[in-house]
Amino acid sequence: MRVTTPHMGKLDRIFLDLFARTGIEYIAPPKTSARTLQLGVRYSPEFACLPLKVTIGNFIEALESGADTLLMAGGVGPCRFGYYAEIQKCVLEEAGYKFNMIVLEPPAAGWKLFIDTVKILAPGKSIYQIWQIIKVSFRKARIMDELEKYVLKYRAYEVNRGDTTKAYKKALDIIQPAMTNEEITQAAEEAFLILESVEKDMDRPVLKVGIVGEFFVLLEPFTNFDIEEYLGNMGVSLERSVYLTDWISPSSKNPVMGISDSEIAKAAKPYLNHFVGGEGLPSVGHTIIYAKEGLDGVIQLFPFTCMPDTIAKSILPQVSRDFDIPIISFVIDEQTGRAGIITRLEAFIDLLASRKKHKDRLQALGHGAHRRELARSGAAL
Amino acid sequence: MKGFLGVDVGSVSTNLVVVDERGDVISLIYRRTQGQPINAVQQGIKELRESLPDDIEIIGVGTTGSARYLSGVMVGADIIKNEITAHAVAASHVVPQVKTVLEIGGQDSKIILLRDGIVIDFAMNTVCAAGTGSFLDHQATRLGIPIEEFGSYALKSSVSCMIAGRCSVFAESDMIHKQQMGYRMEDIIYGLCQALVRNYMNNLAKGKELAAPIVFQGGVAANAGMKKAFEEALQMEVIVPQHHHVMGAIGAALLARGTVRDGRTNFKGFEISSVDYQTRSFHCRGCENNCEIVKIQVEGKTLACWGGRCGKWEIASPDEVDLLVQAST
Repeated sequence: MRVTTPHMGKLDRIFLDLFARTGIEYIAPPKTSARTLQLGVRYSPEFACLPLKVTIGNFIEALESGADTLLMAGGVGPCRFGYYAEIQKCVLEEAGYKFNMIVLEPPAAGWKLFIDTVKILAPGKSIYQIWQIIKVSFRKARIMDELEKYVLKYRAYEVNRGDTTKAYKKALDIIQPAMTNEEITQAAEEAFLILESVEKDMDRPVLKVGIVGEFFVLLEPFTNFDIEEYLGNMGVSLERSVYLTDWISPSSKNPVMGISDSEIAKAAKPYLNHFVGGEGLPSVGHTIIYAKEGLDGVIQLFPFTCMPDTIAKSILPQVSRDFDIPIISFVIDEQTGRAGIITRLEAFIDLLASRKKHKDRLQALGHGAHRRELARSGAAL
Repeated sequence: MKGFLGVDVGSVSTNLVVVDERGDVISLIYRRTQGQPINAVQQGIKELRESLPDDIEIIGVGTTGSARYLSGVMVGADIIKNEITAHAVAASHVVPQVKTVLEIGGQDSKIILLRDGIVIDFAMNTVCAAGTGSFLDHQATRLGIPIEEFGSYALKSSVSCMIAGRCSVFAESDMIHKQQMGYRMEDIIYGLCQALVRNYMNNLAKGKELAAPIVFQGGVAANAGMKKAFEEALQMEVIVPQHHHVMGAIGAALLARGTVRDGRTNFKGFEISSVDYQTRSFHCRGCENNCEIVKIQVEGKTLACWGGRCGKWEIASPDEVDLLVQAST
């Protein structure tokens, strides 16, 4: 059995670790590229969302490189993601590929189903052993997420552009081979040290921006045009509403992104008071929390035809007005051009920067000068 | 005499403007890009030189538009800015209290909302190119009417004719249908203007609070029919600034004025109009992304590269670029 999974950020690293422990051969698909998307688009229904197209492309490329078992997550709730494993199976079979498909349904769909699937993936292991494996693997995954969180926050401050990105790659490679709990602790320390030793200028004025939206587009850099690295290079410090382990285990009490699900739901309540599938509710809730935390702006990313985040998008203008925080939404599919995104992003960052400058100036001038300044500022942006 | 140069290279037009230290326009060039941005900038610079006083000294340069990086490398820009910011800066310079900017260019339509001189919101068309200059251009050619006279035809209309304007392809087929039915040309043209305004309002302005003063700029603002259709739809006066067609370039020049502080500009001089620029593209082998990179060269020496996802090509200085090309291909 040579198992493969679609790409989604560092997901391949997690499975590499997990399957090394259970003794199953794991083949990561080639990194998502324009070819992946091309293959995916060729076989997918046109109005399916981008994640389906990209993951089908991943599966095809993985089958080409020798995988024979496709592992895909299932799901419950209104988001059609839960149905994707079945669609992928139909699409790929119709296209003539030979494979086995294992659908990992979340425990919410029934514990027995979940455990039966996990047992296929860890032959000869007891439930207790599997639990231990998942625990240590998950711990490692969370450390990787914490590293990423650090990178998103501090890339903007680096003195030499590109240093953080290089250090991050090094840090991930240090943590990858660590297997035992002790090794992981040791590697984590080393990895953080590497990131912390990147030269930073903490006095530099940076903008702080929150990123919300649909998890696949947020987590998979290919589909979001590496927006985070691009913004970091522009000097924007980022917070993100979901990390890989937050998504895998959403009930976690200490999510990497820092806010519990109940807090998010509470924040969103005046605008959206029930689950609408996917990240619809979290997108609204996080935006409000980011606004309250005083972030300068929020960027929402989601795939074209994604119902939950489309609901969020229709609510966000009201949030933007009520909390006085600029929000920009990007709807992405295979027709989206990078140039268009970059132009709008640049303009959005300019908008945030001039707002901030204006606010700071008014504050420095004190209340009395407020009116005079308002009248004068009409001439200069 | 000192001046700031602004260069706006868009899909349809290439505009160059020189403003003085107060921000007033000294000279402007408006020409067609015709799909050849390098040539358009070089010809534009040449014409500009001829139209400027002999004692002119350029003390700052800014570029904008979809070819802002290319033109920025060519002229030696002190600042390279997106067209949304450039248009906002220009509009608030010309009409200081402006609250809404409607801008229709060759391929893009934008709406920019300002309060107290600060951009607070903007949108740019994403889905469809209806309502942009290229489409009007195409219709004018198809009907055999010079684009300059298109607006005055619209103003002659007495009965408006409804055109379906969701998408330019359907708008065109609906126009043809109305012609075959025998509608008068001026009514069809004004109907088209109304359809484009409707399309603009539905795609861009939806849900936004459009407050006066409203400035309408971009090449399409020359069309009196469009201005009238906007005023009708908004029930408000719409201001078309004198240099409405080169506002992007004015914005770029003003941004340069705000950037160059110590008087040191990167401007490469008017001589660039006779330099032989060459562009080549190649695939970067630095990682699995295999990004397509474009390089611009003069006499075999690389000036700049761009197009990658990771930004390493944009960050590299001209001296490093050649080494990077060797390492990554």
